[in-house]
Order: sequence, then C-alpha cells, then structure tokens
Amino acid sequence: MGIRFVLMVNKQGQTRLAQYYEYLTLEERRALEGEIVRKCLARNEHQCSFVEHRNYKIVYRRYASLFFLVGVDDDENELAILEFIHLLVETMDRHFGNVCELDIMFHLEKAHFMLEEMVMNGCLVETSKSNILTPIQLMDKAS
Amino acid sequence: MDPILNPFSSGTRLRDMIRAIRACKTAAEERAAIRKECAAIRTSINENDPDYRHRNLAKLMFIHMLGYPTHFGQMECLKCIASPGFPEKRIGYLGLMLLLDERQEVLMLVTNSLKQDLNHMNQYIVGLALCALGNICSAEMARDLAPEVERLLQFRDPNIRKKAALCSIRIIKKVPDLAENFVKPATALLKEKHHGVLITAVQLCADLCKVSREALEHIRKKCTEGLVRTLKDLANSSYSPEYDVSGITDPFLHIRLLKLLRLLGEGDADASDSMNDILAQVGTKTESNKVAANAILYECVQTIMSIEGNGGLRVLAIGILGKFLSNRDNNIRYVALNMLMKAVTADPQAVLRYRATILECVKDADASIRKRALELVYVLVNESNVKPLTTELVSYLETCDQDFKGDLTAKICSIVSKFSPEKIWYIDQMIKVLLEAGSFVKDEVWRALIVVISNASELHGYAVRALYKAFQKSNEQEAFTRVAIWCIGEYGDLLINNVGMLDLEDRITVTESDAVDLIEITIQCHALDFTTKAMALVALLKLSSRFPSCSERIREIIVKYKGNFVLELQQRSIEFNSIIARHQNIRSMLVERMPVLDEATFIGRQAGSLPDAGSISAGSSVSLPNGVAKPADSLVDLLDLNSNDAPTPSSSGGDFLQDLLGVDLSPAAQSGANQTSKSGTDALLDLLSVGSVSGPVESPSAQSNSSAMDILSASKSEKASVSPLDDLSSLSLSSRTTSITGAAPMMDLLDGFASTPPKSENNGTVYPSITAFESSSLQLTFNFSKQPGNSQTTNIQATFINLSSDEYTDFIFQAAVPKFLQLQLDPASGSTLPANGNGSITQNFRVTNSQNGKKSLVMRIRITYKINGKEKLEEGQISNFPRDL
Repeated sequence: MGIRFVLMVNKQGQTRLAQYYEYLTLEERRALEGEIVRKCLARNEHQCSFVEHRNYKIVYRRYASLFFLVGVDDDENELAILEFIHLLVETMDRHFGNVCELDIMFHLEKAHFMLEEMVMNGCLVETSKSNILTPIQLMDKAS
Repeated sequence: MDPILNPFSSGTRLRDMIRAIRACKTAAEERAAIRKECAAIRTSINENDPDYRHRNLAKLMFIHMLGYPTHFGQMECLKCIASPGFPEKRIGYLGLMLLLDERQEVLMLVTNSLKQDLNHMNQYIVGLALCALGNICSAEMARDLAPEVERLLQFRDPNIRKKAALCSIRIIKKVPDLAENFVKPATALLKEKHHGVLITAVQLCADLCKVSREALEHIRKKCTEGLVRTLKDLANSSYSPEYDVSGITDPFLHIRLLKLLRLLGEGDADASDSMNDILAQVGTKTESNKVAANAILYECVQTIMSIEGNGGLRVLAIGILGKFLSNRDNNIRYVALNMLMKAVTADPQAVLRYRATILECVKDADASIRKRALELVYVLVNESNVKPLTTELVSYLETCDQDFKGDLTAKICSIVSKFSPEKIWYIDQMIKVLLEAGSFVKDEVWRALIVVISNASELHGYAVRALYKAFQKSNEQEAFTRVAIWCIGEYGDLLINNVGMLDLEDRITVTESDAVDLIEITIQCHALDFTTKAMALVALLKLSSRFPSCSERIREIIVKYKGNFVLELQQRSIEFNSIIARHQNIRSMLVERMPVLDEATFIGRQAGSLPDAGSISAGSSVSLPNGVAKPADSLVDLLDLNSNDAPTPSSSGGDFLQDLLGVDLSPAAQSGANQTSKSGTDALLDLLSVGSVSGPVESPSAQSNSSAMDILSASKSEKASVSPLDDLSSLSLSSRTTSITGAAPMMDLLDGFASTPPKSENNGTVYPSITAFESSSLQLTFNFSKQPGNSQTTNIQATFINLSSDEYTDFIFQAAVPKFLQLQLDPASGSTLPANGNGSITQNFRVTNSQNGKKSLVMRIRITYKINGKEKLEEGQISNFPRDL
C-alpha cells in the first residue's frame, strides 16, 4: 500500500476533504491534520514539496487557495505522487470546470467518488481521466 | 418553520447546512451549529424516513470530515446499502468507507449485502461493492468473499477487473494463505492492454511477491520477460492523449512496472540480466526536464541499484543521481539525496564523490533537504574522512536554525565518538559542540566525555586547560559548564602548574584564586540547574584540598548554601563545610582523584539497555523531597558524574571506596577481603560524626564496624545495625524537610558511599520512595517495602502533606488499579490534615502484582476532603513507580 491518506486543506488550515486508507481514531486524525497542515503551510514555494512527519512522508502541492496533501509510505516515489496530485486536480477540473474550494466543499461526495475511481486501498486504480469520470457522468445523467 | 430562518432541521438541504457552518465565526459557534444539526439528524434517523436518508448521510460525511463524531449514522449506511436504488447504494458505500472502519462489529452485518452486490446484474453496483470491500474488508470478510473476487478478476468489463485486482491485494494482505489462489488470475491480467487493468495487476503481483515466496518464484519465472516487453512497448509507444503526461505515456504505469521488476530482479541474476537492456533504455532515453520523466528516472535508478550488479548500469544510475543532485529544483535534489542513501550500501565510493555537494545540502534553507543530507552524511562517514566532515558540520552548528541543532548535534556527537582517530581530537570536537549547542547534548554524551578525559591521563592537563580557556569566554551552555567544573575540580592542580603541557598549547597563567573565582561566579548564576550547582560544590571541596591557601575562602562560598531550599545543596554545603573546617586529616584522602572508570565497560553499558535494577540495588534512584529523582548509584555519584546507569561491580566498588577513604590496602588484604582496616573504620566513623553536633554517636566498635562494612559494600546490607545511622539522621539534619523523607537525608549524607541505603531488612532490595502526587495544595509520598518471601506483594505507605494554609477535614484517599493488580487498603491514620505541612496522614496498603517483572505498577487515585466545609476533589494517575515492583 502506497498512499495512506489524501487531504485537501484550504489556506486557513480547514480540512475540505479527507480520505484515509488506514484506521485512525477521530482524535488522532484531528491531531495529525493539525500538525501536518501547520508544517506544510509554513513552507514557502521554493522549498521542496516533501515533508517528513512521524512515520509518514507527505507530498503536497498547492493550487490557488487549496493545498493537496498526500501521505505516503517511505518507499513511495515522491515525484510520482506529485504527478498523481496533478492528475487528481485535472480530473476535477474537467468535471467541475475550473475547480475551486467551494466546488469540493459543496460536492464533497462527488469529489470522493472521483477519488474512489482513482485510488483504492492506497493503490492507483486508473490514470485515464475519461475512464475515471465515465461512471460519475453516467450517474449525473441518471439523476 | 421556514428553512432559511432555521437552517438546522431535518428539512434543510445539505447546501444550506454547509453555508450555515461556513458562516460560523468562531470554533464555539461551529460546535454549537454542528450539535444542533446532529440532533436534527438523529431525530430524522429515528423517524426512519427513507427520503431523507441520502441527505442525512451526505451531511454526516461533511460533519465527519470536520472531525466530529458521527457513529450514530453507521446503521443508516447499512440501510442505504441494502436499499435497491443505485444512488442510495452509492452514498451508503461511501458512508461505509468514511464513517466506519474494519474494527467495528457493525461491519459484519454488511457482509451479506456485499455478497449480493458482488453478484449483481448491474456492473456499476458490482464496482461499488468491490471498491468498498477493497477499502475496508476485514480478515473474516476476506475469507467469506474471496471466491467472488476471484471470479470477478475474469469479468467481461475491464473496469471491474481492475477493481477486483486491487480488492485482491487487500484480501491477500489480510489472509496471506489465500495468495496462491490469486497467482494464476493475476499473471493472466498482466497480458492485458487496458492500462487500468495492467497497473492494478502489476500492483497485485508485487504484493503477491511480498506475501508469498512461491508466488515470487512463479512470477519471476513466468512473467519477467512479459513485463520487460510491456515496459518496452510502453516506453516506445506513440502519443496517446488519454494517458499522456507531458510527453510520456502513463508514467504511473512505468513506475509500477519498474517497481515490480525490482522485486523480481533482487537476488536473481538471470532475471536481472533480462531486464538490463530495458533499464538502460529507460535510463538514457528519458528526457529529464519534467516531473513525470524525473519520476521515472528516479524509479529506474532505484531498480538498477537493487537488482543484481551490472557495472555499466550502476555508472549510468550514479550519473543520473549526480545530475539530479546538481538540479536547481529542490524536489529533484530531495529525491536524489533519498536515492543516494539507498545507493550507499551498493556503492559507497561512488556516493562519496558527491561529498561536497551533499555537505552543501546539509546547509540548505529547506528543512526536508537538510534532514536527508544529514542522514546521508552520517552513513558516509568513515575513519578516513571523519576529520574534514566533522569540521564542516561543527562549523555549520554555529549558524544553523535552532530547530535543526538538536538533530545535527546528536549526529555530530555520534560520529565523533564512533570514528575519532585520537582522543585529543575527540576532546577538542566535543568541547566545540558543547560550547555551541550544549543544551542539545544528551546527558550520556557529556558524561562519556568525562570518562574519556579521565581515562587519558596524559591529556588531563590539556583538557582542563582547554576547558578553562573556553569557560572564561562563555558559560551559557549548562552541559559544557558541568564538564568544565568537573575537570577543574578534579585537575585543578594541573591547571595552575601547567602540568603535562603539549607542544601545541599556549602557556596560560592561572592562579589558584582565578580558578576558584570562576567556580564562584558559576555557582552564583541563577539560571543553573541544581545538579550543576551541586557539582560546583564538589569541585570547590576538591579545590579546597588541592589549593590549601584558598581553603578558607572556599569554605565561605560553600557555607552560603547551608540554607538553600534544595535539600541536596543544603546538605552538601553542611557536610563539606564540616569536612573543610573539622576534618583536615581525612580531607585530602576523601577528595583524591577519581578512580578511572573503565571506558570499555562504560561504553558497553551505554550501548546496552538499561541495567536490570534488581541485580544490584545500586542502580536504584533516590527521590529527593523536592520531587527530583536523583540517582544515588555507585561511587560515580560521589564525584558527581551523576551517571544514572549501571552499577559498578560491588567488589571493585569496595576497592574504590577504600581508595577514597584512604584505607591502606595491604592490611586489609591480609586480614581478609571482608575486613576493613582499623584506620578505614575510623575514617568512616569520623565522617559519620560529621553532622552530629550534640550527642555522641553510640556505637560499640564491633557493631560500627559491621555497619561501616554495610555502607561500604553495595551488595551486603542484610542485617547490619542501622541504629547509629538513624541516630545520625535525626541529629544532623533536623531541619524542616527531614521528616518528609525519613531515611533519605541519611542516604544523601553518605551519598556515594552508601550504594544501598541501609533501610531494608527484608531481602536486601530497597525501593526508593516516590512523590506520587503533588499539587499546589497537597503532596503525597509513597514508601515501598516488600513482604519477605513474596515478591509479588508490595507494602506501600502513603504519606499526605497539606501544603496549603487551610486545614483539611474529612480526608479520604481512594485508589484504583488495573486488573493485573490487587489492592488492599488499610484504614488511614486520621481524617484531618493540619495546614502548612504541620503533620501528616499516613495510610498503609498492599498491592499484589500478578505480572511482577513484566508490568510496572500503575494506579489511579482520587482524594476528597473539605476546606471549611467545602468539598474538594483531586485526582491523578501514578505511573512513576519503581520499575520492578
């Protein structure tokens, strides 16, 4: 298992999406999110996108006001995770059209469905944007 | 009610709830809003209206994301999953994955629904079920549902096959026995063209290889060639818009393939051989100016480094890393350092070539890069390059961030002690580190420095002079101060007389009073810890003997501490004062140079774990009344090394003592090892009488002899008469604190002499008392004793002291213990506790530890009492019990 959690956090440090692929209690999650958000938000754009925290390695990338943070195992390819974040953003972009924080907030379940099509149990499922989005578009049409 | 006016009713839409929560200005408002919303959702759940189920779950997910408990919605997930419609199922499964986890029993209820859905007509529903199973399934579910998943690996739609493959990963991880069932279908999937199926199949194979040796062999034999071909096709494929990432087709698949090849190539020359060509191709042909390309190169280098050696490929890989390392992008540099770390084991020489660049990275502005680089430097150090590398690191210590100093200091100390070519260099470097970052230096490290110095007799003079010179410039670092003070006390004479001058040293003139001045200034410094001050007192005592002319002045300094709040200092002050004033005849013997601690044992001890406290009781620590636990172990303590680990072997301990007391060893040897010579006993008796001002100590000589022996030898404290000592304790220090600690001051008086406090008469083991609980108003001390012949049961005497100015009435103490302990409380000595510590309540109880030796005692306490009729309650947990009770 490579990916251990995916977080989306805004500039103020508020969580906008959280998906964990391992079990943490509510308290542990709150603490973890607080710590890593503080660590990552304090870094400037010239510094590298990788932060080591506890036994996680966190790969993060900022898009406008939203930070995407992905916690991975030690032997995961950090650069590939950066690309993965970009793919996730592109996919959301294609669906929402210029995705922003509010899109994710108000369509939390959709954002989760997309992520679900991309990552399962911490592993990559699909890297083609249209394959990822097909079931979601079908669903939209049906309802 | 109008939903706009009241956003928190079950009728509110999700959107409105989110708006309302966003509008909250403070955290308290947000909590209130969420409480209301949760209440509304609960009511709605109780009404069991299926129309709102979907909405309620969506709301709960949002609330869950914000970090609030949502357990009451779990059953709703199950109901949604069981409902026939796709939208309900979808939200139900999502809720299942977010709100539940595999540990909850509720999950068992879902197995049946999952089974039905895995066999559903609609492939999208099958997909949902697979996804949920893949994310949360437990071992039991894995066993129940594995056949379904296996079948789905051959499903007609590739979107189902890919999910089934990942679901299989979860299953084989939960139940490795099932791995063999999946090997065949997994290898079949490797031949597919669909990228989603391929990437998941590759991951499944990698995990199969990890859990099962046979699977690894099978895949290695049957699939290596196919995988190489797949990678080749992928690397050479033409532009495909669907998978293209900045000019490269599906870098994710590239990376997964390389990872799997790495597993297959490791430890197998044939397999490694068959992938050489493609690795060389990927390594050379990939353009390295995009993240995706670099990610592939990075993975490729890792694979080259892990598989069986091929010189050419290794050169290529190291070259790529060199290019990475000189890249301006910090991300690339970070991964390069990470990679070099792994390459170090394969090819240390090649990595050493980048030493200069790596050292630069240690000074980088970016904390992540610094950390990586420092770890790399740490593994690169060897005997031949330790000097230049350490110089670099030490000079960087001056300028680096505070946050980083801790890490850097620890690494430098470790490097220096591991690889130092000569002692003088070690001493120099350690002094530099202590001066620069003393507060980050761990206690055992500066103690090790003292041990090294004391072992190098030819460097005593050099070390004390170097420390003195540095100390004059700066005394900000406490750890440095301790080392300096210790050495000045110990080798003060060498400092003054420039003894043992090395060629490279400059001559310095230090007078006796200069040295004393320096220590006087230090001891007056308020910021210092009391341990340091205590060390300074000992140093002064030693100097009083080394510099007889300063003796009177030193006594004046020492006397100032006789009223100190810290009992330890107070006591030392009083004792040392008497030694200087009244026991000239034994003083020089008492403060003779420290016996050298064997370096090898010391280091071995540090490397090993904590010593078994039961073996020799010298390792135990004594709790001081001010709550600071001070190790009162072997002789080391007398000279204030304060080393809290490991006892000196008792036999040599005795020797040391005899040494210290100036006992002539030859008669002792003649009269048998157990007999101390007469002069020794006298000296000790002298010492014992130090504090007694009024009455003479009653001790028939025979008896006192045995008690002296008792104090002397750490291991023999069985039956000795304790009376003279008890007498002494009541006479010498009847100041305010004595009553609290009982025998503790006595032990302190003799400090290092008495390795074992002569208190226990049962089985020779003595447990130090602890301050179990302390608040501004109440102090609770525990004294321990063991019942003879019953190692599991501990008698505990609790003593309560009222620290406030109000009397406590109706005082009740309650305690609770975990199941492996048994507790019996006796009635307390009273229920009224006078104010200001003018009296105490004691209460005895017994604790039986059924896991004695494995688990330590732990206890929750609750104390209730009344102040002027008003109820007060104090609670706490006690976990600082001595380890082996």
